[in-house]
This record gives sequence, C-alpha cells and structure tokens, in this order.
Amino acid sequence: MTRSTHRPRRTAGVAALGLVAALALVACSSDDGDDGATDGGTGGGGGTIRIGIKFDQPGLGFKDGDEYTGFDVDVARYVADKLGYSEDQIEFVESPSAQRETMLQNGQVDMIFATYSITDTRKEVISFAGPYFVAGQDLLVAVDDTSIGGPEDLDGKNLCSVTGSTSAQRIKDEYATGTNLLEQPGYSECVTALTAGTVDAVTTDDIILAGLAAIPANEGKVKVVGNPFSEENYGVGLPKDSDKCQAVTDAINAMLEDGSWQKALDDNVSASGYEPNADLNPPTPAACE
Amino acid sequence: MDDFTSLFSEFDVLGAFWTNIQLTFFAAIFALVVGTVLAVMRISPVPSLRWAGSTYVTLIRNTPLTVIIVFCVLGLWGQLGITLSSDFQRNFFWLSVLGLTVYHAAFVCEALRSGVNTVPVGQAEAARAIGLDFAASARLIILPQAFRGAVAPLGNVLIALTKNSTVAAAGSVAETSGLLRTMIENRPDLILAIFFIFAFGFVLIVVPIGLATTSLSRRLAVAR
Repeated sequence: MTRSTHRPRRTAGVAALGLVAALALVACSSDDGDDGATDGGTGGGGGTIRIGIKFDQPGLGFKDGDEYTGFDVDVARYVADKLGYSEDQIEFVESPSAQRETMLQNGQVDMIFATYSITDTRKEVISFAGPYFVAGQDLLVAVDDTSIGGPEDLDGKNLCSVTGSTSAQRIKDEYATGTNLLEQPGYSECVTALTAGTVDAVTTDDIILAGLAAIPANEGKVKVVGNPFSEENYGVGLPKDSDKCQAVTDAINAMLEDGSWQKALDDNVSASGYEPNADLNPPTPAACE
Repeated sequence: MDDFTSLFSEFDVLGAFWTNIQLTFFAAIFALVVGTVLAVMRISPVPSLRWAGSTYVTLIRNTPLTVIIVFCVLGLWGQLGITLSSDFQRNFFWLSVLGLTVYHAAFVCEALRSGVNTVPVGQAEAARAIGLDFAASARLIILPQAFRGAVAPLGNVLIALTKNSTVAAAGSVAETSGLLRTMIENRPDLILAIFFIFAFGFVLIVVPIGLATTSLSRRLAVAR
C-alpha cells in the first residue's frame, strides 16, 4: 500500500522538476531574445534601443543608482536621439570589455559606447562607426609627483593596470623594461593603491584616467600626466555589416558641429583639468565601408 | 587551424598553466600541514585549542577566496608592507600561495575530521589504555587511519584548490584566468577556441588527480 502511494508522488515530483527546468529555459531565452529591441528600424516608433555602456568608469560610463552618467553615455543619448529614440526608449546595458563582441553578435545590444577602441581583429567580427573620440595611453600619478613625465621614467617604479589590458604590457615592452607591474581587477583598486603610495603610477587611456581623477574622493590627490603615447580610436560598436552605420556617423558629425560634443566632454571629464590630445581631437569619423 | 596554433605562439599559454600548477603544488603542501595541525587541535582534549581550531575553520571557510587573496595583496603588502620575496612579481606569487593555503587549510581540516570519524572509538580508547598520551595516540593510532579514510575528500580539496588557483589573478599573478582575459581582449575573433584551450587544459590537469585519489582511496582503505 505504501508503495502505491509513493509512486505517483515521485512522478509528480519529476514532472514538477521538468516544469521548473522548462520555465527556467524560457526565462533565460527571453532574456537575451529580441522583444522589439532589434527590429532594426531607425525610425524609433514603439521599440526601445539597447545600448551597451560601462557601469564602472566614472566620467565615461557610470551607473549611479538608476542614473547613467559620463561622456560615452552622453554621446550615446545624442546618437540615439538622432536615430529617433527618445530618452525613455533607451535601455542601457552593462557591457564589460570581454563580452562586448559577443553581446553584439548575439543581439543582446544594438550598439556599444564603451571606450571601445577600433582594431582590426575586432573588425573581423563586428563593425564600427566613428571614431567619436581619440584617446591616448597616459599615466595617472600622485598630484605632487614631478619625477614621472612619461612612460620612460617608470624604470624601477611600481605601475598598476587592469588584468588583461594591453596598456601595461606596452610600457614594459616598449618603454621601461624595469617596471614593476601590479595587475588588479579594476581601475578603482589601482587608484586606491596609488593614493596609498604602494604604486607610483596607474596606466590606461587618458580620458579614463581623467574620469577617475575627477571623482570627488580623488580630487586634488592625483593628476593625469598629459603626455599620451598611443592612439586609441573610440568607435561605436555595431553588429557586423549593420545598416545603422551611416546614420550613427551622421549623428556623430552633427554632435561635433553643434558644440554638444565639447559640452559633453567639459561636463564629464574636464573637472580635473584634463585636456584631450588637440592634434587628434575633435576626430573625423571614418566613412562606413 | 593556423589561427589556433598562432594563439600558442602569441600568448604564453603553457607558462600560465605552469604557474597554476606551481601555485597548486605549494599551496597543497602548506595547506596539508596547516590543516593537519588544525584537525589535531579540533580533536584535542584542550578546550581552548578546540575553540581556536573551530573559530579558524568557521571564519575562513565562510570567507570568499577572492577576499582573502585581495587582502593578502592590497592589505598585507599594500598597507602593511609585508613582502615574502625581494622580487616584485614573485612576492605576489607567494602572497597568493599564502592566501590559497589559509583558505584550503580549513577544508583540509574538515576532510581530515571526516577521516577521524571513520576510526572506531575503541581504537582511541585502546591507545589510551596502553598508556599513550593524546599526542602519541593521535600520531600513532588515530591520524594514520584518519588519513587513509580521508583520501577521497582530500582529493576533492586538491581538485578545488587546482581550480581555485585561478583566483590568484586578483593578486596580480600571471596565470591562466588573467591570460584568458588578455586573450579575449586581443583576439575576440577566436573566442570559442580560447575557451576550449582553457577548459581542456584544466580537464587535463584535474582528471588525473581524480583518478589517482580514487584508486588510492580504494587501495589504502582500512578493511574493517
């Protein structure tokens, strides 16, 4: 008797488990599916546009509560507006560096504004519009440090950068082989080490460093050296052979012409006294291929 | 295929795996020593030792490994200036070994305690009855049998340690998970090949450990 009462219960349990698994699958797939976001139209209309940004780079792409701030975010809003999407039709999605290409390929985002350097290997899998800014690798040092004027002064000094970034390796390979390298998961850890005096410099693109220097906690403690030694063309990441490329390029040109580009830069990163490389900025967006 | 082989010439994949193996090797030895001491403390008749041992295990076992490694680098070295090697990069290696040791010692201790539970109480009573004190009965009677009963759980700890050695990337050690990020950053066009290399690499390292500990635990098991 006990057997017969047990058996149906077990079957019910298995069925319930299967149902839960099926629901979980459905939930997952609808998460990265295209509920109106990727309908391709440039006309806006009812749909929303998903824009990938960084959430953890103050001054560039930063999530502060439910507010999104930064230069990349302002450029993204301007471009989205020109494409016909109003403010409340934009959905910002976090796009960490390692996931950017995948997110575009899978259609999880429609475009990416996230300090995204245009490179040939990336162009093999995605398309770029822009550049909308030309950054250069630079150094962040303590505000009273006069001994470091460029990467060649780093021999024997401690340098911090983010794990997996090419910038620190470039310094070791090309400028100062005697540099001690500390790799941290994020730039905020590097700035902490810098203000604690454990490292002498932090390296990455100048505009990222300027954003870090401009946040209140670091103001007056650190400065950007202002001697950029590379050329990073920040582009708008788009799915391969996207039909939006020309519209985005036109929007960037309009932003450069009507003064909004300069205003966005001033609002977000100039508080620390940072001046972008004037030879290369404002940039001229390349033609869409 | 050319792309695939170019990954190996472009990046030091084998060197990164070798770093993980070294991290695992040193941390495993140190964790076994510290964990054994902790296990003896936890079964000892001295209440304060038992208390200290269980406090350590409770505290460390419930702290994320990343927090421990980051503390070793940013706290011990960054704030307190403790260095374990005069070589800048080697210092991070040893700090990470320290973090891995501290963390896994707690798990070694618990694995050994599970081994102690396989030893019949009569063995301990008989040891005391023939006049051995606690230290001698632990060393001669209980621990040798406990180790033989704990081979399989210790193997699991070793497997976890092997994979956890990738957390050392947070401590500025150039090992596989850091290289993985570098490779994805530079070669996004080969992302699947890159993941395959690392997944396969760890399978190659971990599967033999599993096979070895399984066969050892069978061979060494005390027939009761």
